[in-house]
Amino acid sequence: MSKPAIEIERLAFAYPDGRQALFGVSFRIERGERVALLGPNGAGKTTLVLHLNGILGSVAGGAGTGRVRISGSDLHREHLAEVRRKVGLVFQDPDDQLFMPTVRDDVAFGPANLGLSGAELDERVHEALVAVGMQDHADIEPHHLSFGQRRRVAVATVLAMRPDVLVLDEPSSNLDPASRRELADILTGLDVTLLMITHDLPYALQLCERSLLMDGGRIVADGNTRDLLADADLMSAHRLELPYAFNPLSVPGPEHA
Amino acid sequence: MHVPDGFLNAPTSLATGAIAAGVVGISLQRASREVRESGPALAGLTAAFVFAVQMVNFPVGAGTSGHLLGGALAAALVGPWTGLLVMSVVLLVQGLLFADGGLTALGTNITLMGAVTVLVGFLVTRGLLRAMPKRLGSVVPAAAVGALVSVPIAALAFTGLYAAGGAVDLSIGRLAAAMVGWHVLIGIGEAVITAAVLSAVVATRPDLVYVARHLQADLVLVDDQGRTTTVSPDRPVAAKPAGRSLGAGVAVTLLIAGVVSLFASANPDGLEFVGAKLGFGEAAKESAVAGSPLADYGVSGIGNGHVSGALAGIIGVLVTIGVGLLVAKLASLRRRAESASEPEPASRA
Amino acid sequence: MTGGAGDGLYVAVDSPVHRLPAQVKLVALVGFVICVVSTPAHAFWAFGVYAGIVVALVMTAKLPAATVLRRMTVETPFVVFALLLPFVAAGPQVDVLGVSLSESGVLGAWNVLVKGTLGVVAAIVLSASTSPRDLLTGLERLRLPRTLVAILSFMIRYVSVVSGDLQRMRVARESRGYDGGSLGHLRAVAAGAGALFVRSYERGERVHLAMLARGYTGMMPSMARRQATAAEWRRGAGLVVVALLVAVAARVVGG
Repeated sequence: MSKPAIEIERLAFAYPDGRQALFGVSFRIERGERVALLGPNGAGKTTLVLHLNGILGSVAGGAGTGRVRISGSDLHREHLAEVRRKVGLVFQDPDDQLFMPTVRDDVAFGPANLGLSGAELDERVHEALVAVGMQDHADIEPHHLSFGQRRRVAVATVLAMRPDVLVLDEPSSNLDPASRRELADILTGLDVTLLMITHDLPYALQLCERSLLMDGGRIVADGNTRDLLADADLMSAHRLELPYAFNPLSVPGPEHA
Repeated sequence: MHVPDGFLNAPTSLATGAIAAGVVGISLQRASREVRESGPALAGLTAAFVFAVQMVNFPVGAGTSGHLLGGALAAALVGPWTGLLVMSVVLLVQGLLFADGGLTALGTNITLMGAVTVLVGFLVTRGLLRAMPKRLGSVVPAAAVGALVSVPIAALAFTGLYAAGGAVDLSIGRLAAAMVGWHVLIGIGEAVITAAVLSAVVATRPDLVYVARHLQADLVLVDDQGRTTTVSPDRPVAAKPAGRSLGAGVAVTLLIAGVVSLFASANPDGLEFVGAKLGFGEAAKESAVAGSPLADYGVSGIGNGHVSGALAGIIGVLVTIGVGLLVAKLASLRRRAESASEPEPASRA
Repeated sequence: MTGGAGDGLYVAVDSPVHRLPAQVKLVALVGFVICVVSTPAHAFWAFGVYAGIVVALVMTAKLPAATVLRRMTVETPFVVFALLLPFVAAGPQVDVLGVSLSESGVLGAWNVLVKGTLGVVAAIVLSASTSPRDLLTGLERLRLPRTLVAILSFMIRYVSVVSGDLQRMRVARESRGYDGGSLGHLRAVAAGAGALFVRSYERGERVHLAMLARGYTGMMPSMARRQATAAEWRRGAGLVVVALLVAVAARVVGG
């Protein structure tokens, strides 16, 4: 059996201002799994996710304890570049991630930092853009793209690094329905381990067979998405609400390759 | 006003180009810890902010409105070296993309509106803060005076350049009087706007204000076993007061006596304090301090700046002292060349 | 939010000038303006030649005259200064239409106006024929430090985003009925500017985070795609050589 993609053991973390955000979080995600990270605002979801590629946590010099292992290796300072490659983080605001003059520059930024250049780099950029369907927009400036297109390019910037784990923070937020579906199609077709922070519960059900529910810096539930969503008491105890007329038991679960 | 091509002759333009290149080069090095820690992203975003704010019409009272230049404000917000880079970048974009300011005058414009306003504004602000009470409320008045002084001094510097290589023969005395006089008025506007904007930032996020860093209270953290640790917000590693020229200190006191006797307070510990602030950053850290996308916290701040109107007679004194200050400080900064680096931006939630 | 710092400045047509690499254009145009600035003001014929060159450049670059003229309005402040010169300069006076003007002032005004205007049009040719990204590439090729190019790049990228924030704040403020010219209004506008700084700073930190997440370790990748060929450099040099000849001739021959 191969090593789990993500292994978190008793992760605790406090911000420099003294506010503790994670109180001993533990879970495992196997290769190829698609997991949704649910929970109310302020639960610590984004904080947790920033630990996965060493941006936060004791690795980065912050105040925390616990263990983070990606594909079997502990996060050490020396392996940081490799960890950054292995765990691809797609943030909520694509404008924060598309900081280069053109789409092509943005998608090339990651692999260039990994040492690629020349034809190999161009090929990698093309491959990532094709995966999100934006290959015809390579030389466009990011502010000329629609929001949904920027989201997709943001995913491409991360895919270009060929990550083992793809982590997305609110991927469907602010997307119009067509863009939302396009993104879902893209994500379904990718061969990665997926961790998705989302408030969009139908999206979670559509794409992720497993869900982790976080509240107050702790994991309060871990299981099949459909079971979690169908547990009305659990939902209301943690300020989660199903959309109007949405019955998780009545829809098909996630289908993926 | 951006200087166009042809105002100054070619040799002078090339000379200011060299000066500008040198100063920007120094800034890149000095701010390199700062810039690399938060990356060029922070400087770039601050430059975008300055560019955007320069377009804003600020009502300065009596039915008039004015625009912000931003040198002193940038220095107060992000520090002198990053501030210099920020202003230079704004001027480069204005010259190269908007044809605002001649291509051969880029050196002149960067020297005057980038280097002189930022450095003079910063020196005056910092000098005042050393002498004033160590409270957050001192930041805005100090920066306001810094802004006030920076503009006429830049005008004076322009006059100096003009004397060296001006294309048209003008009586330098009359030019100086006209430039400085007019720019005192502009300096008043600059001071008012700088005070207003800075007080808004200090009221919500004083931890982001470079000159306010050493003025924040220490944090007391409690862990799960009840043990407390005290952390200083800007975490100086070694509070080494680097060589300070007393001459500059005296000059600053003269400045205060001349203009703002309200704020004067003989406080010998001021030097120590600022030494800590300008102390040496620790080894490069990954952005643990880069903060999270999560909500920010608010700190109830103090103070609205009260800007005292400039008194025309005092300006002559200010100008002389300001120039002297600048020269003295540039000399002392060079002495700290190798080891000086700016402290890390204060961390926050 | 659509639009960036270069929008409306870059005229997207295809022309020989557009196709030249940015570093060549930068060097050529700056060299040209240096020659202009070095030319004595009384050599009126020389400026006629320069004007001809500049018009030829505008036409070769296929720039619409209206666009160029419209962008020349950035000159206005120094035009005003120039027009004042005949009245404030010292020296022998001359009578023009019944008004006593300084002779050197009149020449000085001409000097400032013609050189400033030629410089402005040269800069317009540069920015209208070069996309912001290519301009950055050119600066990098000209050995501008990569960090500085990066700062420029981020500024250009985010100016529209930050302006958009400012615009939204203004709209929100005005929707709440703010319209005074009083000092209270200053507080509101300044509060908006202050909030804008905080937002921009935080965005800068998030961008830095995103850079780290994609493996940034302090060195920005190079943006330059290809070097300028010798032929392209020759074309740029040609412009400077012609201007140089005119400038030298003007000094030797005089007005």
